Amino acid sequence: MTTLAQRATKTTNPPKLAKSKIVPLVVTIISATAIVALTYVLPPFRNYQLATIGAYLCVTAGLTVLTGLNGQLSLGHGALMATGAYTLALWQEKFNLLLPGIVVAIAVTTLAGAVIGLAAARLRGPYLAGLTLAVAVVVPSITSTFDETFNSDQGLSVALDPPPGVIPVEQWQAWTCWAAALLTVLLLAYVIRGRFGRDMRAVRDDETAAKLAGVSVARTQVLAFVISSACAGLAGALFAVLAQSVSPGAFPLTLSLFLVMAIVIGGLGRLSGALIGAFLLVALPSAAQSIAEDAGSQHLEGNLALTVFGVVLVLVMLAAPGGLASLRIPRMNRKQTRINRKQKGQE
Amino acid sequence: MTALLEITGLTAGYGAAPVLHDVDLSVGEGQIVAVLGANGAGKTTLLRAISNTLPVTAGSTRFDGIDLKSVKVERMVRHGIAHVPEGRGVVTELTVDENLRLGGLWRKPKPSLDEVYELFPALANRRGHLGHQLSGGERQMLAIGRALVATPRLLLLDEPSLGLAPKITAQIMGLLRDLRDRTGLSVLLVEQNVRSALSIADEGVVLNLGRVAARQKAGTLADDADLRHAYLGF
Amino acid sequence: MDRFLYLTFDGLSRGAVYAAFALALVLIWRAARIVNFAQGAMAVATAYAGYSVTNATGSYWLGFAVAIIGGLVIGAVVERVVMRFVDHSSPLNGVVVALGLVLIIQGVLGMIYGNNFRPAEAPFSRDAFQVGGVALLSRYDLFVFAAVGAVVVTLTLLFTRTSTGLRMRAAAFAPDVSRLLGVPVGGMLTLGWALAAAVGSLAGMLVIPTELGLHPNAMDLLFISAFTAAVLGGLDSPVGAVVGGLVVGLLLAYVSGYLGATVAPMAVLILLVVVLLGRPDGLFSRAKARTA
Repeated sequence: MTTLAQRATKTTNPPKLAKSKIVPLVVTIISATAIVALTYVLPPFRNYQLATIGAYLCVTAGLTVLTGLNGQLSLGHGALMATGAYTLALWQEKFNLLLPGIVVAIAVTTLAGAVIGLAAARLRGPYLAGLTLAVAVVVPSITSTFDETFNSDQGLSVALDPPPGVIPVEQWQAWTCWAAALLTVLLLAYVIRGRFGRDMRAVRDDETAAKLAGVSVARTQVLAFVISSACAGLAGALFAVLAQSVSPGAFPLTLSLFLVMAIVIGGLGRLSGALIGAFLLVALPSAAQSIAEDAGSQHLEGNLALTVFGVVLVLVMLAAPGGLASLRIPRMNRKQTRINRKQKGQE
Repeated sequence: MTALLEITGLTAGYGAAPVLHDVDLSVGEGQIVAVLGANGAGKTTLLRAISNTLPVTAGSTRFDGIDLKSVKVERMVRHGIAHVPEGRGVVTELTVDENLRLGGLWRKPKPSLDEVYELFPALANRRGHLGHQLSGGERQMLAIGRALVATPRLLLLDEPSLGLAPKITAQIMGLLRDLRDRTGLSVLLVEQNVRSALSIADEGVVLNLGRVAARQKAGTLADDADLRHAYLGF
Repeated sequence: MDRFLYLTFDGLSRGAVYAAFALALVLIWRAARIVNFAQGAMAVATAYAGYSVTNATGSYWLGFAVAIIGGLVIGAVVERVVMRFVDHSSPLNGVVVALGLVLIIQGVLGMIYGNNFRPAEAPFSRDAFQVGGVALLSRYDLFVFAAVGAVVVTLTLLFTRTSTGLRMRAAAFAPDVSRLLGVPVGGMLTLGWALAAAVGSLAGMLVIPTELGLHPNAMDLLFISAFTAAVLGGLDSPVGAVVGGLVVGLLLAYVSGYLGATVAPMAVLILLVVVLLGRPDGLFSRAKARTA
C-alpha cells in the first residue's frame, strides 16, 4: 500500500463513537466554550496567534478532506486563500460590511475553485499537482497585471470597524476566527460522515469500483474541490481581517506548500490532523522567529521555519505513514513493506 | 561429483506464509533438471529464490560451492547463473540487438553476438526490430539468446513453452539439449509441458504445494502413471 | 514584421532553455516515473553555488562548471538519500517529498544568502546583433543555442550509442529483468538523476542572467514553464520536451511582446490547462497519461 494511501485510509472506518451524529456537535460546543475561556486568560499576542490558528484551521480542514479523503493533491490553495483575501479587501473598500464581505469572499473563491476543479476533474497524480502548482505560481502575478485594481506588490489595506464593546481587538479576532473554524469543522464533520464522504473515499480508493457502484467520479472530484476552495476562501478572508491588509507577498508559493505540509504531518483525512497542522503552521514559524532573534540574524527569519518544515515533511513521509496524529505502526506492517520492497528488487 | 547447484532445505515465499517448504534439489554439470507441478506449486518461486529475486527464509543454495544467500540479484550473472523469468522479459522498447547486447554488458571484454546469431538465424534477420514487434517464439529465442551471450554455466528457465506452438516448443527443447551436449550447459527447467520437458531432461523434480513430491530420473518419471495422475494431471 | 522576427528569435532562445529544463524532467520521468518537483529548487541551489564561485574567483566559467558539477552531485544525493526510500507505488508520495525538498533548499539558501535579488551577470553581451538592419540575436542567445544543442547531442549519443546509455534505458524500461542481466539498476537510477539535475542546472545558469537576478524562488516560473513544455511534448518523450520547450518559449515571447510581460505567466497557465484538457498525453507520447 502506498504511503499517502496508508496515511489516509486510517480514516476509512471511523471509530464507532465518531459515527454518532451528536458527537461533532458536542465537541464543537465544548471547544467553543474552551476557546472563549482561553481568550480571557491569554495575553493579546497569544490571542492573535490563537486567532491565526483558527484561520488556518479553516483551510487545513478543507484541504485535508480534499487530499486525504478524496485523494486530490492541490498545491494551489494558497492562491485560493489570496482570492478570498483580495475579494474581502475590495469589498471592504466599497462597503465596509464585514459579515457579508466574508460571505462574498467565500462565494468568489468557490467560483474560482469550481473553475479549477472542473479543469482538474480528470487529472490525477503529478498532472493535478502540476496544474495547481501553476495556479499557485501564476495567480500572484495577476495583481501586477491589473494593477489599478489590485495595486500590484504594495497590496491593499482592509478597512475594518473596531470591534464592538470593550473587547480587545485580539480577543475579538480569536472569537471571529474560531467561530468560523468551528463552524467549518462541524459542517465538514457531517459531510465526512455522510454519503458524500463515502463517495469521496470510494473514488480515492478505487475509481473503477466507485464508477461501477454508481458514483459520479467527475462530480465528486469537482464538488470536493469546490468545498475545499470555499474553506480556503474563508481562511483567506480571515487572514485579510487579521493582517488588515493584503498583498501578493502574503500568499507566496511557499504558503501552498506549507498547507500541504501541515495536513500531511498532522495526518491526512483527519480533522484532528488539520488542527495539528494549523497549530504547527503558527507554532513552528514563531519558534523559528525567536531562535532567529536570539541569533541576531535577519536571514534566519522565516527561512529557518521553511527548512524545518521541509525536513519534518520529508522525514514524516519517509518514516511515519499516518502522520503525527497516528504514530503507531504495527511491527507487522513495517516488515511487510520491506518484504514487498525486496520483492520488487528495490532493496 | 558434487553438483553445480545444490539446494538444501529451502524455504521461501512472499510475506508471512512461505510458498516453498524445505526443498532439496541439485543440478549437476551438464545436466538438465525439469521442475514440474501444478499451477501454484511453487515452481516459479523456486527459480526466484535461487536468483535471490525474492527472500529466502531458511535453507541454503550453493552454486559451485558458493553460498548464494548474500549475492545480490545483479551479481548473479557474474557467477554464471542466467535466469530467464516467467514471461520472458524481453525489453520491448529495445531492439533485438540491444536486448542481446544487454546480456553481455557486464563482461569485459564485451562478448561477441555472432554465436548467438548463428544459433538463432531468425533473430539475425530481425536485428533492428523492436522487442514488441516479435512473435512469441521469437521472443523466447531472444530471451534465451540473451541469457546465453555471457556463456552462463546454469540456465534457469521459467516456462519457455508458454503460449508457443508445439513446433517451436520442440525447436527450443532441441536447442537446449544440443547446448547441454555441446557445451555442458546445465539447465533448471520449469515447465507445464511435462512431455516436452521430460523428453530432454536427465532428471525430474515434482513440486506439490511447495514441497518436493518426487525426484527421479526423467525416464522413470515419464513412465510412472500414478505419479503423473497425482501431481501432473494426466 | 521586424518586431515579430525579433520576438521569434527571442522566443527560440528562451525556448531552448525551457527545452533543456523540460529534458531534465523527462529524463527523471522515464527513469523513475515521477515528476521531479524539486528540479527548480535544485537548479537554483547549484546556481547560487556557481555564482558564489564566480564572485570569489572572477571567472564566470569556473562558476558555470561548478554549477553543473553541483547538479550532478545534488541529483545523485537526492536520489540516494531521499528518493530511494520513498514508496513510489503512488506518484503523490514522490511529489510531496519533492515539495519538502523545495522547502528545505529554499530555506537553506535564504538562510545563507538572504532573500534579496542578487545580480547575475551574463558571460556574453545580451545586445542583439543587427542582421540586415533588424535586431535579431545576441551573442548570449547564440551561446544558449550552442549550450542546449550540445546537451541534446551529448544525451542522444549517450543513450543510443553507449553501453551506459543502454543500461540506463534498460533499467528504466524493465528494472527487474535488467537486474537479472547484471545491470546495476540502482546505480543507473542514481546516474539518471545526476544527469537530469546537471541538465537542470545548466538550464538554470542559462536563464538567470535574463531574469531579475538570483533569488531562492527564481526558478519557480521556469519550472512551471518547463513542466508545461514537458506535458505538451509528452512526459516520456525527449523529442517532445525539446519541441514543447520551443513552443512555450515562442508563446511567452509573443505574449510578452504584444500583451505585456506581466501577462506571460498567465499565458503559461492557460496553455497548461488547454493541453491537460485537450491532449494530456502530449504530442509525442506513446504511453497514456494518468487521467480518469
